[in-house]
Amino acid sequence: MDDAYIRIDRITKRFSGVTAVDRVDLSIRRGEFFSLLGPSGCGKTTLLRMIAGFEYPDEGEIHIDGLPVTDLPPNKRPSNMVFQSYAIFPHLNVADNIGYGLRRAGLTKAERNARIEEALAMIRLPDMGKRKADQLSGGQRQRVALARALVNRPKVLLLDEPLGALDKRLREAMQIELRQIQKTVGITFVFVTHDQEEALSMSDRIAVMSSGQVLQIADPRTLYEKPNCREVADFIGTMNFFEGTVIGTGGDITEIDAGAAGRLQARNVAVALSAPGTEVLLAVRPEKIALNTANSASLIGRVSAAAYLGERSHLQVSVEGLKNPIAVAAQMATQHAGAQVSLSWAADAAIVLPRE
Amino acid sequence: MMRPRRGRIWLFFYAVLYLAFLYLPVLFLPLFSFNDSAFIAFPLVGFTTKWYAQMLADSAMHQALWNSLKVGFAVALISTALGLLAAKALTRYRLPGGAAVLGFTSLPLFIPDIVLGISILILLNAVGMPLSLMSVVLGHVLICAPFAITVLMSRFDGFDRSLEEASLDLGENAWTTFWRITFPLVLPGIISSLLLTFIVSFDEFLIAYFLAGTDATLPIYIWGQLRFPYKLPVVLALGAVILIVSCVLVVIAEWVRGLGVDGKRPVGA
Repeated sequence: MDDAYIRIDRITKRFSGVTAVDRVDLSIRRGEFFSLLGPSGCGKTTLLRMIAGFEYPDEGEIHIDGLPVTDLPPNKRPSNMVFQSYAIFPHLNVADNIGYGLRRAGLTKAERNARIEEALAMIRLPDMGKRKADQLSGGQRQRVALARALVNRPKVLLLDEPLGALDKRLREAMQIELRQIQKTVGITFVFVTHDQEEALSMSDRIAVMSSGQVLQIADPRTLYEKPNCREVADFIGTMNFFEGTVIGTGGDITEIDAGAAGRLQARNVAVALSAPGTEVLLAVRPEKIALNTANSASLIGRVSAAAYLGERSHLQVSVEGLKNPIAVAAQMATQHAGAQVSLSWAADAAIVLPRE
Repeated sequence: MMRPRRGRIWLFFYAVLYLAFLYLPVLFLPLFSFNDSAFIAFPLVGFTTKWYAQMLADSAMHQALWNSLKVGFAVALISTALGLLAAKALTRYRLPGGAAVLGFTSLPLFIPDIVLGISILILLNAVGMPLSLMSVVLGHVLICAPFAITVLMSRFDGFDRSLEEASLDLGENAWTTFWRITFPLVLPGIISSLLLTFIVSFDEFLIAYFLAGTDATLPIYIWGQLRFPYKLPVVLALGAVILIVSCVLVVIAEWVRGLGVDGKRPVGA
């Protein structure tokens, strides 16, 4: 925990009896692109607003770069924020918006203007300083909000779903641009989003939140390949789940009785979950499932739906005795609805989770 | 295009009749104020501006006008300042019983002015405060503050809260945020509130009549002049002037209210 740049200790926030953030611990490293990911109402925005100083926690402490900021107002904190609505001041032009926070920085007018010019160049909107806020497009407003926050050279930049209001193509372009800007300025970014693809593609690490609690903190690859519970596995990407009971373990392979899905195998299962008789959940990603080959697991089913997406096809395969069809993503699938297929996957692909 | 149907024609006549009933009597005011006769009756005799000349020469009228202006300015400033504080509190903070507070401050709008006038008179007597223009100001603030609150609240309601948060986040404190962000954005509402409360006070008769003591405001002066039939055309001339000035001020107030950047969230955000 000694490399924590932002340290959040057991933060709790209640709104008229409802616990919005529940005993959250986080440690965010210096220069990191850190995302808070979760469905709406999971407490991610409340947590961000407590780091910014717009809400005060009922319990717990927040430190930024060793400085206790828990009771400081927003104007005394070394953080700046990009708001979901951008909050561009409508009565000021672009340059005055960007320079808003510099008035108190003790700079000369020339230094201020130089910083504003620099910021306009960074967001690739040079010569736009005299524009009024209502003459800007959504993407331009977004960039002005970013420049207005970064021009103060904060220790931490907080971003509250800043790309939510943009259309898909602009959003994807901004994701790349935002990531590049973050690498260039080297400032710690804390990014709130409900879009798992956005979080996976941009972040160094992600905290997945649900009902006010942090479920897992990990880098994107670990989150996708080694989720630590059903909720995380379900929220990030698509996942097939099989309920089963551990039969026994031999070497690094654990055998699981999954009822109608037959006997399934998993490799390197945690000790706590590998004792015979333990009720577990076996999870497999759609793209890890192979069609038409006999491997360590083999299931016979019928294609109930097939969607061709160019680079790959998505199939729904119904297996007798299983409630939900199995999702399969295959690169060269030629099967149509109604075709009989056999499914298999490697023991490595199976993730074993506790059953809640 | 849609053909006008029978029902529409009746609606049209109804609207015309309604507007005529509303505005024809008012239009008689300027009409007869230029008529060269002391009797308010058709046919019109001839064009004259002598009633306006008489009006301008009347020193009692000047005094009453000056009193009304003083009261109006004071009332506009006080009730708008109070309205600003109330509107900010009611829209920005989660106040316990905020709805009840709003209801109670609006109540003077629905209490008959005569009741209000008498009750304030009793109260002032009880505390031993002499009647003067000051007591008129007090009474008028009571009925003008609800107007100010309503006008300013509509301005605050359509105002993205994150603008103020962004200012705090960028290093300003609550006080400087108010002057750099909140005030410029609600300024049209403030001007509109100043104009409206001024007019309400300027035109108000009943409460002023109870509370003015010996200092007449303009409506009280007009009421006094109505006892003399030969002075009626002068009163009409004065009424015409007040009417036009009031209309202009209301139009300006409404125009300013809708003016300027509104600080609303951008569409889709």
